Amino acid sequence: MAQAEIPYQEAMPLHHPHSWVTKYWFSQDHKVIAVQYGITAMAVGLIALLASLLMRTQIGFPGAIEWITPDRYYQAVTMHGMIMVIYLLTAFLLGSFGNYLIPLMLGARDMVFPFVNMISYHVYLLSVVILLASFFVPGGPTGAGWTLYPPQAILTGTPGADWGIITMLLSLAVFIVAFTMGGLNYITTILQARTRGMTLMRMPLSVWGIFAATVLGLLAFPALFVSAVMMILDQVIGTSFFMPAIASSFEPSASEYSGGSPLLFQHLFWFFGHPEVYIVALPAFGVVSDLISVHARKNIFGYRMMVWAIVWIGVLSFVVWAHHMYVAGMHPYFGFFFATTTLIIAVPTAIKVYNWTLTLWRANIRFTVPMLFAIAFVITFVVGGLTGLFLGNVIVDVPLSDTYFVVAHFHMVMGVSPILVIFGGIYHWYPKITGRMLNDTVGKLHFWITAVGTYVIYFPMHYLGFVGVPRRYYHNEPLGESAFYPASAELLNQGISIAAFIVGAAQLLFVYNLFVSYWRGRPAGDNPWEACSLEWRTPQTPPIHGNWSDTLPTVHRWAYDYSVPGEKEDFIPQDVPHRA
Amino acid sequence: MAQAAAAGHATIFEDWGSDVTTFKGVPWGKAMMWIFLLSDTFIFSCFLISYMTVRITAAEPWPNASEVFSLTMFGAPVPLLLIAIMTFDLITSSGTMALAVNYGYRRDKKKAIRFICATAFFGAVFVGMQAFEWTKLISEGVKPWGNEWGAEQFGACFFMITGFHGMHVSAGVIYLLIVAWRLHKGVYDKTNYEIVEIVGLYWHFVDLVWVFIFAFFYLW
Repeated sequence: MAQAEIPYQEAMPLHHPHSWVTKYWFSQDHKVIAVQYGITAMAVGLIALLASLLMRTQIGFPGAIEWITPDRYYQAVTMHGMIMVIYLLTAFLLGSFGNYLIPLMLGARDMVFPFVNMISYHVYLLSVVILLASFFVPGGPTGAGWTLYPPQAILTGTPGADWGIITMLLSLAVFIVAFTMGGLNYITTILQARTRGMTLMRMPLSVWGIFAATVLGLLAFPALFVSAVMMILDQVIGTSFFMPAIASSFEPSASEYSGGSPLLFQHLFWFFGHPEVYIVALPAFGVVSDLISVHARKNIFGYRMMVWAIVWIGVLSFVVWAHHMYVAGMHPYFGFFFATTTLIIAVPTAIKVYNWTLTLWRANIRFTVPMLFAIAFVITFVVGGLTGLFLGNVIVDVPLSDTYFVVAHFHMVMGVSPILVIFGGIYHWYPKITGRMLNDTVGKLHFWITAVGTYVIYFPMHYLGFVGVPRRYYHNEPLGESAFYPASAELLNQGISIAAFIVGAAQLLFVYNLFVSYWRGRPAGDNPWEACSLEWRTPQTPPIHGNWSDTLPTVHRWAYDYSVPGEKEDFIPQDVPHRA
Repeated sequence: MAQAAAAGHATIFEDWGSDVTTFKGVPWGKAMMWIFLLSDTFIFSCFLISYMTVRITAAEPWPNASEVFSLTMFGAPVPLLLIAIMTFDLITSSGTMALAVNYGYRRDKKKAIRFICATAFFGAVFVGMQAFEWTKLISEGVKPWGNEWGAEQFGACFFMITGFHGMHVSAGVIYLLIVAWRLHKGVYDKTNYEIVEIVGLYWHFVDLVWVFIFAFFYLW
């Protein structure tokens, strides 16, 4: 039965490019689309990085730059958060890694619907254009914070309450359409277009992570979509889904609002928002498992456990959302329920951390750049995860809510950690994408500045949070409302800002490395890391359109046969048969 | 007994987890449509759950559905008359769709096209009746930002959710006509005509959603 379906894949019709435009712009090749996603996400990520540097300038050196008014500060905060979470992390991990790795790792010709895949990227590009357009509309982009809580998001006084919020919501809705088209392709490809011998339990963990994250995305983004539609209606035609009557009293000129529920928005937003954390984290988990296994020359410890941990994290991530809303006002039993489920998620997550550690245990570790990033990820993730245990408990969360402790927590666990994996992944797969190695020295410099810088930036924030420094405040000098925290916080904030400038600048090294190595890099060969998974077994490097020769490869083993006792080589690729 | 059950479970996992395909004999397009519908289910669920929340937390009393949605016939208000006709129309379209799928698999192209077109016709009639219903309600004073009968969220939810569903029906009509045209052109002649089933899945889904909207808006 299954065998009969393979010719269908092998003879899959491919739209080969005929011109520069169809090769690099409207390409239907999943590898080109992956690079398109990657470049766009990185470009928009650099804008978000700039926004964060503006914020840090104001926080560390208040008033040093007159141009940073409170409005611009809040716009920078909002755009930084939204771009990083959605347009960089989600788009990069799924759009770029997902697109590149799924067909290659599964031994498929391409995604099952290359045309839809191509459209997916262009719709994503459109959402980015709408997002960037918000910088040029009257009033500028929204400054409501990335959570966009109503009523304030659409009331006068919040920057961008007229146009910025509309472009933001519209851009999100368009992004969701793009993600849906891409995501349907990823899932269908993983479920229905694997090669001979590629059982689900032989898939590399990268694919498992991307698969679970895509399922989460398809089920969680609808909530964001619905809340975006409702908020656009509230803003444009004056419905009152989220707007209580009291909102009208702040703004006599605006529509008459009555009877809306701002809490409903928070529920919808976080029903999306919490799975979103795992949409970002699960592909990172998968990719890092592969990086660790390859560069430690050891099979991943507890592969089955790793798979089921991914699945269980995915399932549980849908029943924890209200832990973001402890201070919003909830029935105590509600808080009890969500605190419990939140802490239960720590179990599969801890399993994964133990397994990474045990994979490294007494391994023949090669300290390549990808491996350095992978190890940094595990450590950073543990640090960020542990503070999550604090914040998951209602009684600890309430005083820490909206302080820098929270900022430190989520930047460690879902900001920096996945970024480290993205870096590691790029250093790891760049040779396959371009045929050339990235420069090692520049890479190590980039790694050390980024990894050490992370801790200089975010470690002190835990302390800031404990002494009660609130997040998102424009004024941090000991004046008026913020006079209650010690002057030492000022000094720390200056140090954090300086570190942030250095780390921000160091990212240019990475961009430089990407560009220069494309032409000057050392030729990589087919399999520079001596890895087992299928993407390193393509007949050509970089792989051609269609990936494989006339027949698809046949898989005989899992992706982790490293250092098998009694074998000459320390790795056995997946398509090598067992000895008779 | 327990052992047999365990063995059964093992076989299920082995089947799903086996190489090449998880769902045996399911074409890519059909698998993709099922997954899309799962995602779309979440969109409609979010809409309907939001509607329930808004209705429960509304500050003013909720308008009486059978009063607002009544149609005056021969001088007497008949509650839910139009909606009954609309529902009947849409469910009829599901019937014709099922026939189209059946004829598709029998490779009776002509009849399949005919029934697809009939389905599209019923869908278009549904959208037309919805347009009539909206016009009537708006002229009677039900607006998204307020109405005379009570909570203003009534109009907002109603127009948003039926509008979103109406868009699905309209898109479905276009989709059906495209499939009928391409079927007529012979684009699918090399396949099993599974495209008819795929568009049918979408259509039945849109119908099913209507049943929920009907229950929650008109009967609650």
